[in-house]
Amino acid sequence: MITFLFIFLIICSFLCLYRISRGPSPGDRVVGIDILGIIVVNFCAIYTFWTKNDFYMNIALSWALLSFIGTLAVSKFLEGKGFDE
Amino acid sequence: MRELISSISMVIGGLFNLFGCIGLVRLPDVYNRLQASTKCVTLGTCFILIGVIISGPISASLKSFLCIIFILITAPTSAHALSRASIKAGISLWEKSVVNKMEEEKK
Amino acid sequence: MKKGILIFLLFIAWIFLTWPFGKEIDWQILISGIFISIFVGSIFGELFTENPHNFFGFKRYLWAILYLPYWFWYCILANLDVAYRVLHPNLPIRPGIVKVKTNLKSKSGLTALANSITLTPGTMTVEIEPENGYLYIHWIYVKTDDIEKASELIVRRFEKILERIFE
Repeated sequence: MITFLFIFLIICSFLCLYRISRGPSPGDRVVGIDILGIIVVNFCAIYTFWTKNDFYMNIALSWALLSFIGTLAVSKFLEGKGFDE
Repeated sequence: MRELISSISMVIGGLFNLFGCIGLVRLPDVYNRLQASTKCVTLGTCFILIGVIISGPISASLKSFLCIIFILITAPTSAHALSRASIKAGISLWEKSVVNKMEEEKK
Repeated sequence: MKKGILIFLLFIAWIFLTWPFGKEIDWQILISGIFISIFVGSIFGELFTENPHNFFGFKRYLWAILYLPYWFWYCILANLDVAYRVLHPNLPIRPGIVKVKTNLKSKSGLTALANSITLTPGTMTVEIEPENGYLYIHWIYVKTDDIEKASELIVRRFEKILERIFE
């Protein structure tokens, strides 16, 4: 079961990488990076299920918050404003 | 029994993730891609974390509950910020789009 | 009072993260958690919420518990809808941006409405005008571009419950 889940998620990561490398506009690339960040959270959750060890969930929590802040910063940059609005 | 239920939930989550990423590749412009990928990947992540809640040791369950709350708040917000940024940056819609109220109001 | 509520919530999150199950309680971690949550809460308390009296209305929590399964059902419908549109060989989409009107006023209510709209079938919030209560929504299969009909189809099913939670 875990093998199937890893195969699904690896296919997902490669589809995101395709979109990051081929995206015609910068918005497409940022979408790919955002989705790739959430897929890392999925990998951490599956490692928690596999090893029954809870410190991977710490990585998942901090990764979710940091990728959210990164996406917000990049979208403010695309909008052409400063970071304090 | 608990292992079986959490395995089923996690496989459903993985399938939803896969649909979202296929949408990320197949759909034509940035707004449609944002729609498909945000919806499917958010719910898929929620199903996988629900599997961790059912199976795991109780400390991992509490942490993944917090993680579900964070994901449900942050993923739609970042999709909204990205779509607004691409409108402001002047990325146009797909050429077969039907209606665009924002451009009509600007004129 | 805003700071007090924020300090309480932060301390609950700290307990969720560090509670040692099955071992004895580590008082060092608990006391440092109290100090950290007082520090962070007194810095960011003013930004936290608009009207803190809403946290003490007991009926709001009941409506929120009722809202969760309703919203989750629409979320699953949205995912099946996206799966159908993505896997169909002809790609049956007809996208466009429409404008809808809402009656919600408070900032937290508008945020919850926008997030719910983003996670439900075929719609995504693009821009919010909080002065007049207009939302611009990207719709993956446009059925109508009239303001009233679109509001009836998209907004009404969440607005009735969200009014009772956040207003």
